[in-house]
Amino acid sequence: MEPRSLRRPEGLLFEISRPGRRGYSLPPLDIPEARAFDLEPRYVRPEIEGFPELSETEVVRHYTRLSRLNYAIDLGLYPLGSCTMKYNPKINEKVARLPGLADIHPQMPEESAQGCLRLMHDLEAALCAICGMDRFTLQPAAGAQGEQTGIMMVRAYHRERGNPRQVVLIPDSAHGTNPSSAHLSGYRVEPIASNERGCVDLGALRRRLDEEVAVLMLTNPNTLGIFESEIEEIARAVHARGALLYMDGANLNAFVGIARPGDMGVDVHHINLHKTFSTPHGGGGPGAGPVGVKKILEPYLPVPVVERTEGKEGTLHRLRHDRPKSIGKVRSFFGNFGMLVRAYAYVLALGPQGLRRMAETAVLNANYLRARLEPTYHLPYTDPSLHEVVLSDRHLEAAGVHTLDIAKRLMDYGFHPMTIYFPLIVKGAMMIEPTESESREELDAFAEAMLRIDEEARRDPELVRTAPHTTPVRRLDEVGAARHPVLRWSPSRPGAGS
Amino acid sequence: MGDGHRYIPASDADRAAMLREIGVPGIDDLFASIPPALRLTKPLAVPGPLSEMELLAELAARGGENRAFEAHAQFLGGGAYRHFTPSIVDHLIGRTEFYSSYTPYQPEISQGTLQAIFEYQTLICQLAGLDIANASMYEGASALAEGVLMAERLSPKGRVVLSAGVHPEYARVVRTYLDNLDVAIATIGQRPDGTADAEAARRALGEGTRASALVIQHPNFFGCLEEVEELARAAHQAGAALIVAVSEPVALGLLKAPGHQGADILLGEGHSFGVPLSFGGPYLGFMAARNAFLRNMPGRLVGETRDVDGRRGYVLTLSTREQHIRREKATSNICTNEGLCALTAAIFMAALGKEGLRELAVHNHAKAAYAQKRLAATRGLRLPHGAPIFNEFVVTLPVAAEAAVRALGERGLVPGIPLSRYLPERERDLLVCVTEVNPRSEIDRLAAELGRLA
Repeated sequence: MEPRSLRRPEGLLFEISRPGRRGYSLPPLDIPEARAFDLEPRYVRPEIEGFPELSETEVVRHYTRLSRLNYAIDLGLYPLGSCTMKYNPKINEKVARLPGLADIHPQMPEESAQGCLRLMHDLEAALCAICGMDRFTLQPAAGAQGEQTGIMMVRAYHRERGNPRQVVLIPDSAHGTNPSSAHLSGYRVEPIASNERGCVDLGALRRRLDEEVAVLMLTNPNTLGIFESEIEEIARAVHARGALLYMDGANLNAFVGIARPGDMGVDVHHINLHKTFSTPHGGGGPGAGPVGVKKILEPYLPVPVVERTEGKEGTLHRLRHDRPKSIGKVRSFFGNFGMLVRAYAYVLALGPQGLRRMAETAVLNANYLRARLEPTYHLPYTDPSLHEVVLSDRHLEAAGVHTLDIAKRLMDYGFHPMTIYFPLIVKGAMMIEPTESESREELDAFAEAMLRIDEEARRDPELVRTAPHTTPVRRLDEVGAARHPVLRWSPSRPGAGS
Repeated sequence: MGDGHRYIPASDADRAAMLREIGVPGIDDLFASIPPALRLTKPLAVPGPLSEMELLAELAARGGENRAFEAHAQFLGGGAYRHFTPSIVDHLIGRTEFYSSYTPYQPEISQGTLQAIFEYQTLICQLAGLDIANASMYEGASALAEGVLMAERLSPKGRVVLSAGVHPEYARVVRTYLDNLDVAIATIGQRPDGTADAEAARRALGEGTRASALVIQHPNFFGCLEEVEELARAAHQAGAALIVAVSEPVALGLLKAPGHQGADILLGEGHSFGVPLSFGGPYLGFMAARNAFLRNMPGRLVGETRDVDGRRGYVLTLSTREQHIRREKATSNICTNEGLCALTAAIFMAALGKEGLRELAVHNHAKAAYAQKRLAATRGLRLPHGAPIFNEFVVTLPVAAEAAVRALGERGLVPGIPLSRYLPERERDLLVCVTEVNPRSEIDRLAAELGRLA
């Protein structure tokens, strides 16, 4: 049994609130307050109905207690495939909070924000070098917004050539964001089937390509962790029909310093700074999704772009808005700057050798886990793995134990589960990405847990099917949650309370 | 090859042993699936590696190049606001269990994040006076674009009406999002007092095909309070939804809940609630709406449920709206959102509480109203709009605002944002923002310095 405190349910803010408590102090108002209420009553609310009233002490305890109900990368392996849950260096948190960077208002005159602009310029240059692209926009707030930005640029490119085209081709193994982003950019989505190796079927692609197709969106390495080794032929086939090649860079961690999208015929791709470049995932975000482009797409980049100029006053960094072919803006200001600071610090900390070692170790760790688990777990696609490996629950069919059960049972062994039931082309998929952050001992402990769960599944399947047993709450009724949605606390709702 | 790195545990000896276990001779053999012609033969042309000490010095140098920002008295708003954040906020979001965890796909070991988001959704609903709120969007402008798309999904008209009082960056983002979709944008202008013209709204909403939504900002880009109820009537009479965008949520501590004034969707920028300025991001998009929008809401939602033992718990819910299930038919492509910024805002709101947020709002309004009065009484300055304000307002200078900002910058004062940055015809207009961090002495100095321009 775990200590009681770990299981103790924490009341909601609104339940622990007591009238008259406060957790905040302001200096005395240094101007005549009467002026404030010159506002006619029709503008003013009597109070913020339902808002909590808590002392500072209670707020701190509430959130500290809540935090203890979470798993986190600093507690151990977090092998979510395609999410690249790696260590978030603490120095990055510190530098992003330096007052000279954290307290700068986005409307500061350019000449007073040269440090911010230079950092953005230098990060862009580093990303161009890492990815082999000509320019990057740092504006998109996350990978999906990067996809959308990239596809909008593709559309602008085709439109300028007289026909925006109608179709985006997407392999059936792709992330759901790909079709959604393409749709949001005004395109019709058509899936491309994978071949028996789990890669793009080049023949099927060639047959489908015509003047309707605007772009192929390809994830490389794909969501099975397999490198699309025919990527050069794919790029040639796509370009031969006037279409472009988009690469989803979610899995870039697999080959940083080893190979570059720009050398593979990729015209445009996004990367996730919260994956490859170590910025923390924050329980859901913020991320950042910079988009790299080749020269042909540069005119369409979102505004503003940062330009470095050398003049008689020395080096200056300027924001350029005067770009008539730009797609516009996908968000206010310049991007998730705080995440750019962290990513830049990460690049500097690793340098060229460290970045390569990062990718090498990520691939080494994934292959090590594959070697340890392959004899026991079903491996649906046997091509060489890069940064992640996808297993399935097929070998436990007779025992009636499924991927979900294995995932839940891992929690009892102290691990966060892997990504499950994705990619969709594998039934009962378990997608495991250990990243370079894990020691051999941590990988061994995970492998042992997986092997013991396999034994348990055969010996005592009920134990696995009813897992987890040691977590603050056990399996939750998700169907009921969706059928009768309760999306906020309310004082009148019966049955509240734990 | 090479030495180890502090972020990467595997030593050269570990690597050798693991390669033996895998059964390949060298690291390079793991990359055999990448065609040799694509493999790099040279190290990447990036700087580094730097030790932690060097790294700190390098980044501190970048911060130092942001010239003397601390010494400047600043009156900058326009979509990003300077507020004081209680120390507990950064301490609590610095808990690694919050910031180094992933999206809570596995609820049994993510109850901390899930309960915090459920509370955040509730706080946003309370501020908005609306039924439902999502778990966050990227920031205010893209949240507005998503809100417009949501209104179009519920009631497809192919047309929305946008007030000119909406932040120009927000309007630009809406245009960018809608550019490839069949949704037209009609714009309505301002009345001389700085508020949206309800008559023009009625005409625009009634024209031709009608519209799915009327979009206003409140307080608007020029700082003026809109007549929300009048605009809601105009929208509803034409069968359109009223979308209210808010770029300064502190205002909601004092102003009537827009949901109680007829707003159907309230969305905007939440960074004022404890998220650092950080040169424009990461920020926090929030979105609340009436129940009718539930199945069309973009983004994540957390719901309450029970576990197998009957204990209360929280889960991500209604995910059949989302991209990982619905792919191209999803309500949005958003996946990663701004979870930690939502947590930040929730902690900020919890710390301020019912009294604190109101008091903060009163201080902002009182100081801005004082500044407005001081500037109105200063020779050579003129207030172009007469409508009530919250914490920012426009002042017309005797000279071009860009030139004034440059001149005062030399004197350690950033007096505001020249409107000409967005609206070239408003060359002499300056958008001035005053918050609780501007002491009266700074406001008096602002009046004196602007007075010297005449």
